[in-house]
Amino acid sequence: MQLTGAQALIRSLEQEGVDTIFGLPGGAILPVYDPLLDSSIRHILVRHEQGAGHMAEGYALATGRPGVAMVTSGPGATNIVTPIGNAHMDSTPLVVITGQVATAAIGSDAFQECDITGITMGITKHNFLVQSAQEIPRAVAAAFHLATTGRPGPVLIDVPKDVTQSMMDWWYPASIEEYDLPGYRPEVVLDEGAVARAVTLIAESERPVLYVGGGTLKSRAANELLVFAERTGMPVVTTLMARGAFPDSHEQHLGMPGMHGMYTAVTAIQKSDLLISLGARFDDRVTGKIPTFAAGAKVIHVDIDRAEFNKVRHADVAIQSNVGAVLTAFDAAQAMPRNLDVWWKTINDWRDQYPLVYDEPTAEGPLRPQHVIEAIAAKAAPGTIVAAGVGQHQMWASQHWKFEEPGTWINSGGAGTMGFGVPAAIGAKVGRPDRTVWCIDGDGCFQMTAQELTTARSEGIPIKVAILNNAYLGMVRQWQEMFYEERYSEVYLSADLPDYVKWAEAMGCVGLRARTLKEMHEVIDEANAINDVPVVIDFRTDAEEKVFPMVASGASNDDIMVHPLQRGRRR
Amino acid sequence: MSPPEPYLGEVSRTPVRHHILSVLVENKAGVLARIAGLFARRGFNIYSLAVAPAESHARFSRITIVVDAESAPLEQIVQQLDKLVNVVAISDLAPRDAVERELLLATLPLDYKHRPAMLDTLTNAGASIVDVGPTSVTVMLAGTPAACDELERALEVFTEVELHRTGRVALPRLG
Repeated sequence: MQLTGAQALIRSLEQEGVDTIFGLPGGAILPVYDPLLDSSIRHILVRHEQGAGHMAEGYALATGRPGVAMVTSGPGATNIVTPIGNAHMDSTPLVVITGQVATAAIGSDAFQECDITGITMGITKHNFLVQSAQEIPRAVAAAFHLATTGRPGPVLIDVPKDVTQSMMDWWYPASIEEYDLPGYRPEVVLDEGAVARAVTLIAESERPVLYVGGGTLKSRAANELLVFAERTGMPVVTTLMARGAFPDSHEQHLGMPGMHGMYTAVTAIQKSDLLISLGARFDDRVTGKIPTFAAGAKVIHVDIDRAEFNKVRHADVAIQSNVGAVLTAFDAAQAMPRNLDVWWKTINDWRDQYPLVYDEPTAEGPLRPQHVIEAIAAKAAPGTIVAAGVGQHQMWASQHWKFEEPGTWINSGGAGTMGFGVPAAIGAKVGRPDRTVWCIDGDGCFQMTAQELTTARSEGIPIKVAILNNAYLGMVRQWQEMFYEERYSEVYLSADLPDYVKWAEAMGCVGLRARTLKEMHEVIDEANAINDVPVVIDFRTDAEEKVFPMVASGASNDDIMVHPLQRGRRR
Repeated sequence: MSPPEPYLGEVSRTPVRHHILSVLVENKAGVLARIAGLFARRGFNIYSLAVAPAESHARFSRITIVVDAESAPLEQIVQQLDKLVNVVAISDLAPRDAVERELLLATLPLDYKHRPAMLDTLTNAGASIVDVGPTSVTVMLAGTPAACDELERALEVFTEVELHRTGRVALPRLG
């Protein structure tokens, strides 16, 4: 069967089970948009290519399936570089298709030409410049294989216009051998010796902590984690990338570690004698000052990516594997720490001393951002998905929302990409239309990508957006207040400019505003009653509110700063 | 205050703690850029690099990279390199376990005054003359990196020397 390269590309995506593409057409990708009209694949027309990329990420994080985005060459391609970099940092499976100028024009500085494979070399798991129409099926099959196996990540396929316009004989790779990836071997054999050494370390430990990272979610090991944690009775911490991997309601869960982690989670790691890292990568936001991070702990490091071993922290036992297989092996070997009663008594003492607190809100406002999040959560349907931008609101959302299952927390971790929230929430809602999706956003973040609410309205994607509007780039303001002697430099945004309610309405959404506690409860109820169009709520929050606990940048986790209400308590 | 001197990098010969990575890669466009880019963004230093088609396969190339193991832990360099999809195999050769050779080519002015000293130097080094012109001569030495270092040093006393080295290739030592 003879097909054009463009038809072959769409057909290859169908072959991979793609149901949704987030994209925006342009000159070089134009041929591919024609056969799209005849395809069962849903295309979501974004208003900016960055939106397409973050939507694909939100889709992937909510469903566990790879997100797909398609854009044109040149500026279309460079506009999606940020989401690609974001997905690379957070190991999110993404397949990005970019149009390219015709092969004969490559290198000639042609209109809308850019070297996107060169630009994204360092921020993709791999990328391809497809040289002929006949090669398209192989490139697509290989891209999905790469994006979703081993340590997942973004893969880019750059397709020149003449390649999509020329004819090919339809075929599709029948097996991995036909992908032509001789250097890619994601399958690993579990090292039984390493497992045995780990079991010995566990048996010797009196103060273990399960340090759960995003890899636990990526390897779909939440059930194995629950079984192992309950059998051994070990305390669990979940990093920003792993929220939802272990129920927040579980009594063994100490919460999130790191710069804005729970006092108990941070301190338990610091005082532990064994750290079992499950798909975590000892990110600087978790470790603080590295030499003093869990200084007395031995480390069992489980990761699918060998390059993570000994990169930041020496591993006493390194096990290359997906997380679930290792936990199952630990269970089979009856891995068991010593009696943890003393350890739990210490931990529970910290919990009693330093719960998560914030100042009482006043009836007339301004609202407390933490209180707004808790109020939304209290009225949210079970299984609600929460997306966030980056900054104070993201930390508060991670701290104050109770996550009970995988795929319910969508955020930008490693890259810290402001503006991630709105498009990621849209992508999550597309992937999980059965779920309520809230985006907890900041006013700074919202202004970066809010135009995608037009996309959401026109495509019928009813997300709910809570802007915690403190009129500032709040996290930067917090640092300037605490570390730059309150010299506020370029952080003021104004609460009233833009008018978020009018802006929401202009985009076809419902726009609401709350300044007082009464209004806060009313608008949340109103938003919950709307299920056909997106809703945006402008919550007026206190600009002076800061995220606590906090470990200052470069400081030791031992020097964690607790909320002012808790200062002076015994440690 | 005078402006600081521009930083031109360390002027040095083989780093004290170097390792030789013999890397089999797919012979595809951009593979060298992927490797060079990885070294650059991770802050690993390359001391020398030699690339040629591997054995009889047009499908693969072999890249011999001498890395400065001071710049980063060797384990990190190898594991990050191994993650590149186009990298098929890596063998890490410690200098003591490898046979290393390098080619040095140098063009020297034919200067009658210094000619005896120059010939002595070349003979001692085991270099041979591969091209002769009216006013200059091109010599070659294929030898160990240390022998090339030594000849390079010995030639420093002569002026107007143009010298090129290939960077080394290596194979595991058999005995």
